[in-house]
Amino acid sequence: MSLLSLFGRKASAGVARDRLQILLSHERTTTGRSDLVAVLREEILTVIAKHIAIDRDKVQVKMERGKSFSTLEVDIEIPTPAPVKMAG
Amino acid sequence: MAKVLVVTSGKGGVGKTTTTAALGAALAMSGRKVCVVDFDVGLRNLDLVMGAERRVVFDIVNVIQGDAKLSQAIIRDKRIETLHLLPASQTRDKDALSSEGVARVIGELREKFDWIICDSPAGIERGATLAMRHADIAVVVTNPEVSSVRDSDRIIGLLDSKTEKAERGERMDKRLLLTRYDSGRAARGEMLKTEDVLEILSIPLLGIIPESQDVLKSSNLGTPVTVGSPTSAPARAYLDAARRLIGEKVDLAIPDDRRSSLFGKLFGRRAA
Repeated sequence: MSLLSLFGRKASAGVARDRLQILLSHERTTTGRSDLVAVLREEILTVIAKHIAIDRDKVQVKMERGKSFSTLEVDIEIPTPAPVKMAG
Repeated sequence: MAKVLVVTSGKGGVGKTTTTAALGAALAMSGRKVCVVDFDVGLRNLDLVMGAERRVVFDIVNVIQGDAKLSQAIIRDKRIETLHLLPASQTRDKDALSSEGVARVIGELREKFDWIICDSPAGIERGATLAMRHADIAVVVTNPEVSSVRDSDRIIGLLDSKTEKAERGERMDKRLLLTRYDSGRAARGEMLKTEDVLEILSIPLLGIIPESQDVLKSSNLGTPVTVGSPTSAPARAYLDAARRLIGEKVDLAIPDDRRSSLFGKLFGRRAA
């Protein structure tokens, strides 16, 4: 392996190990909650729909899993003109 | 006291049936009364690997449904007197196994044998959870490959939640059996190393079975590798694993197949 890295070739087993470690640390915490993203999507939508009329098909919720942290990306398309219900 | 062992993996094709036959034969050769049980209803193969395919009359489904007695369905091995097989049904599907029926059969087997080795079907469905349900100890068969390791992790989760032992709040004894291992490729960084898999799955190591032509030869012949080629590298690894199962301390060196043992000396290493 050290010889190979001298020649600049990355050993694939190390990549396999790192990918597995990241993947499994997430799968273990979300076991039984594989629907986590779907649940988040529904709850976020419910909150937003209270205030803004949105098209449910124009909403994207993505989870990007990283080694030290994950990001949750919520992309909501708001139609113009947005009829905003003002509170009070 | 009888021990129920499940050989499981999640992923198919990693060596569960080969392992069941090899460990079953190894334990039986040490004089213990062993029954290997095929839980892969609909896709039975343990009979074929054991060389008993032409002697199957009744199967586990017949016993569960009351069409045959357990003693009628059990086939005694022709080579090793203390080795027995309870075959799966080839015509039914996995729904033919009721959980009460499986519990009753395992209970009866416990009275007659020292070791009951359950060969689990692949997957995480009913067949796999029934096979592990009554186990005292689990052998998780894993290839040094990403999809196999991921599926093993999933199976370990099920062993810790869906078994009788887990439900009683006890710790399930789980051991890793790394199969199709190529120490040369692992040393060159082309294959996950034993340490990598152990670190990821964090269960104790039962053994490392090297990739070997002797395994295919044994299944071709219908002879467990520990019986047909007992001096081959995989057979020695299985025999050592069987000794560890009965509580002996056996050093773990990766047996090597190559004619020149220099390679083995260079790369052979002890695992934890």
